[in-house]
Amino acid sequence: MSHEVVEKNVGLLALLVILVISVGGLVEIVPLFFLKSTTEPVEGLMPRTALELEGRDIYIREGCYVCHSQMIRPFRAETERYGHYSVAGEFVYDHPFQWGSKRTGPDLARVGGRYSDDWHRVHLMNPRDVVPESNMPGFPWLAENTLDGALTAKKMETMRILGVPYTDADIAGAQAAVAGKTELEALIAYLQNMGTAIKTGR
Amino acid sequence: MNDFVFSSEFWNWWVILLTVGNILACWWLISWATKRRAGEAATGDVTGHSWDETLQEYNNPLPRWWLWMFHLTLVFGLVYLALYPGLGKFSGYLGWTEESQYDAEMQQAAEKFDPIFAAYAQKDIAALAADDQALKVGQRLFLNYCSTCHGSDAHGSPGFPNLSDNDWLYGGEPETIKTTILDGRQGAMPAWKDALGDAGVEEVSAYVVQLSGREADAAKATAGKARFETMCVACHGMDGKGNKALGAPDLTDNIWLYGGSPGVIQQTVAQGRNGKMPAHREFLGEHKAHLLAAYVYSLSTQK
Repeated sequence: MSHEVVEKNVGLLALLVILVISVGGLVEIVPLFFLKSTTEPVEGLMPRTALELEGRDIYIREGCYVCHSQMIRPFRAETERYGHYSVAGEFVYDHPFQWGSKRTGPDLARVGGRYSDDWHRVHLMNPRDVVPESNMPGFPWLAENTLDGALTAKKMETMRILGVPYTDADIAGAQAAVAGKTELEALIAYLQNMGTAIKTGR
Repeated sequence: MNDFVFSSEFWNWWVILLTVGNILACWWLISWATKRRAGEAATGDVTGHSWDETLQEYNNPLPRWWLWMFHLTLVFGLVYLALYPGLGKFSGYLGWTEESQYDAEMQQAAEKFDPIFAAYAQKDIAALAADDQALKVGQRLFLNYCSTCHGSDAHGSPGFPNLSDNDWLYGGEPETIKTTILDGRQGAMPAWKDALGDAGVEEVSAYVVQLSGREADAAKATAGKARFETMCVACHGMDGKGNKALGAPDLTDNIWLYGGSPGVIQQTVAQGRNGKMPAHREFLGEHKAHLLAAYVYSLSTQK
């Protein structure tokens, strides 16, 4: 086969190109689906509660991931500030994960329990009330919007298909657990649970 | 520790064969493409292809530097895969892992900084509060870990105590401050709306305003005093001076955690307050808390 044959047959050229560029994915991505450390949860990792799951959706809706990452890298400068570096097993129930790629604000991977619920409430309404130097926008409407939980059970069922071990009881009680709560409460519940499976400082 | 524990041996060989096969294929490709073929025009001659009447193609070889770069990347890849993890479970001759690199970095920092922290930990917190060098360290720790709630100037904000005014909810002795940092605090002012009713809340609030030395509706304050003495004294004391063992604030000093306007006081009485200082023992450890306590202590003693 000569170069000319490849160049003059678009179909063959496309096939060969696909073959070449798929090697990277086949080697670097596909085996991850069969790797213990990326598919098995770390000890103590619990599926998000119904309220936390709703909070996650608000996190996504408000675009929190645009400015906040959820990925502590294994460098001293990061673990001193945020706590133990993130490990793959912490994210097995995240579909999709919210690692993010930009830190205009701090990393949130271990924000759970770091501040009080009160702090989050004040801070989400108007961050400058507690951190005068902050350039984060306020999200006051979260306190006014109430969740009805109509779709919560469906979301949990979808998560179960994706591999999150929700029980039938979890799903049956989903709407009751969420209905009437404000979006602010849901988001705080989500934040307060974040990264709490690994408790050590580093 | 090897992180690459696959669910079956298949994936180990999958990675190895694809990776090595790909490098060999690249090597084959460049050899094949640079090989001279029968009937090919001599180097430097025109190939006989022409476009747009006069545009002709010369049969020039690939630039040497480019060809060498291609071969070098292949060699680089092989050397890298020999030294570092990449071929399935094979961990590389250097034994490098992300974790060992992190541990080495932490080890290096520990050797440098642990003796400094250990030396400070031996000293009394009150003594450290007079040590400029220790305070500098303490201030940096404070800015990193505490300023988010208490402010970079430690003046706090509504709901988050001012640490520089020598007024303390749980006590301002050096060891108490350290305990607060390490184990946290949980405030527990119950909501009194149900027990007192709206009128009762107003009356008690009027009395509290009076306690702090301000004018309030006299009739309401008098009625409030009676209620205060049955409901509130358990924590805030007969004289309203509070109880540091419980974290109950002094109501007579006109320093207010959540705000001292009559409206906010009514809100506090009606709905209660549950201020929380999170525990930092796990995250910061004794040594850092020691220095932080010294810094916080110094803020109210230097005045």
